[in-house]
Amino acid sequence: MRDVAIIGVKNTNFGEKWDVSFRDIFVEAGAGSLQDAGVAGEDIDGLYVGNMSGGQFVEQEHIGALIADYSGLAKNLNVPSTRVEAACASGGLALRQAIFGVASGYQDIVVAAGVEKMTDVSSAVASAALAAASDREWEGIMGATFPGLYAMIARLHMHKYGTTSEQMAEVAVKNHSNGFLNPISQYRRKITVEDVLSSILVADPLHILDCSPITDGASSLVLAPADIAHEYTDTPVYIKASSQASDTISLHDRKDITTLDSTVAAANRAYEMAKMKPNDIDLVEVHDCFTIAEICAIEDLGFVKKGQGGSFTQEGETSIGGKIPVNTSGGLKSCGHPVGATGIKQAVEVVHQLRGEAGKRQLDNANIGMTHNVGGSGATAVVHILARDR
Amino acid sequence: MSVARFWRKQVQRYNLVGTHCKSCDEYFYPPRNMCPTCRRNGKIESYKFNGDGEVISFTVIRTAAVGFEHQTPYILAIVQLKEGPKLTTQISCGIDEIYLGMKVKPVFRKLGDGGEKGMIYYGTKFIAAE
Ligand SMILES: [Zn+2]
Repeated sequence: MRDVAIIGVKNTNFGEKWDVSFRDIFVEAGAGSLQDAGVAGEDIDGLYVGNMSGGQFVEQEHIGALIADYSGLAKNLNVPSTRVEAACASGGLALRQAIFGVASGYQDIVVAAGVEKMTDVSSAVASAALAAASDREWEGIMGATFPGLYAMIARLHMHKYGTTSEQMAEVAVKNHSNGFLNPISQYRRKITVEDVLSSILVADPLHILDCSPITDGASSLVLAPADIAHEYTDTPVYIKASSQASDTISLHDRKDITTLDSTVAAANRAYEMAKMKPNDIDLVEVHDCFTIAEICAIEDLGFVKKGQGGSFTQEGETSIGGKIPVNTSGGLKSCGHPVGATGIKQAVEVVHQLRGEAGKRQLDNANIGMTHNVGGSGATAVVHILARDR
Repeated sequence: MSVARFWRKQVQRYNLVGTHCKSCDEYFYPPRNMCPTCRRNGKIESYKFNGDGEVISFTVIRTAAVGFEHQTPYILAIVQLKEGPKLTTQISCGIDEIYLGMKVKPVFRKLGDGGEKGMIYYGTKFIAAE
């Protein structure tokens, strides 16, 4: 198996992008990443695109081919293009498929991208599309929503571990504080704990400001074999681990709903593959679709003991300058959550940090970073470890 | 949900019928035909639960799922049946009456409908056991 490096990255701005289309944002991200890598269309051996629900959000399937076409890679070059779907983990999984292509030796220069255009439909239609990531037949039919499922996780986490609404609010406050410093963020504004607690309840105990938004956006990475990465860039970032795990589609079938066993399994596999431990990681982008999800994530990834994620956050240990900075991009909460793009955007942020290009949110010693991307209420988890040194 | 898709599991939804693996003695609701422990060595039979259970966690949904708008606020919960399996359901009680560990029993209720010309979906919700 060959070592793999990231040689180019690009995010579009995230937000409600009414003036541009699904194809526009994909082309912007894809072309930007090729420009960053100094790669021409003729060099590309394949595209892998994370997209959760083009069918419901823009009434378009066959996303892979569409993207190859409008990126100018179909008509003359006939570049193969594959759409990858695992709900909100589609992006992370697209990266993983692209890594397989390069690591196996089957392909050399590969694009791993993600895209979602969610605001062309009403928020009700968008919510229904997202709900399809849970069990339609045994959760959805009872009136379950995603905030509702995570609210039940939050309720039990509070009961078992004493986690508080204030501690969950601190996750949102911290992510907005980071997102304020990120030029691509959907919400570039700071909020307070009081703002979160006084916002409307969506599903008790979660307020609207505990929830990630509906977002348009695209992100793209260019991968190459590590042996030739320096031909394209002075600052390649190396893939040290790529892992994935599954769990039951329904939240109710889990042994303990406050632990995402898929995250635990994916993290253990990643640490083993990279020969690393949690304290080797300098920063992590976790899947904070809801504030409670970030608390569970930092516990399940091994950064803090189970049950202590809330107090750890409240003490500032996940902020920039803390023990383990979490979601320097602003996370899904403030930067935005275009579901198919999120897993790729997380890797773009880690690359920016490892290259020292993260602007006002730059960390001092960023050598090794992790990404953690979750599908549904935890039926899929994808973890990557990226490093400056090979 | 389409009529055929709902109808296929009508008995299971109306009467709380799940499955039981005779090889490892595990019970399943929602029903499964492949035991996660025994897989191809499992011996699956149909099993009707009497529905005695306990609330494992719950929430009050205030922004409804599509089709449930007129029911808000409603209580969504995970209930564990005494044989072991857990399921997602609604609890019919006041939003201030629900608590973790509450003992519940099943009731036959309307779940929702497919609009003016659509079918009405019935199934099992839960109420306080006492
Ligand atoms: Zn069995």
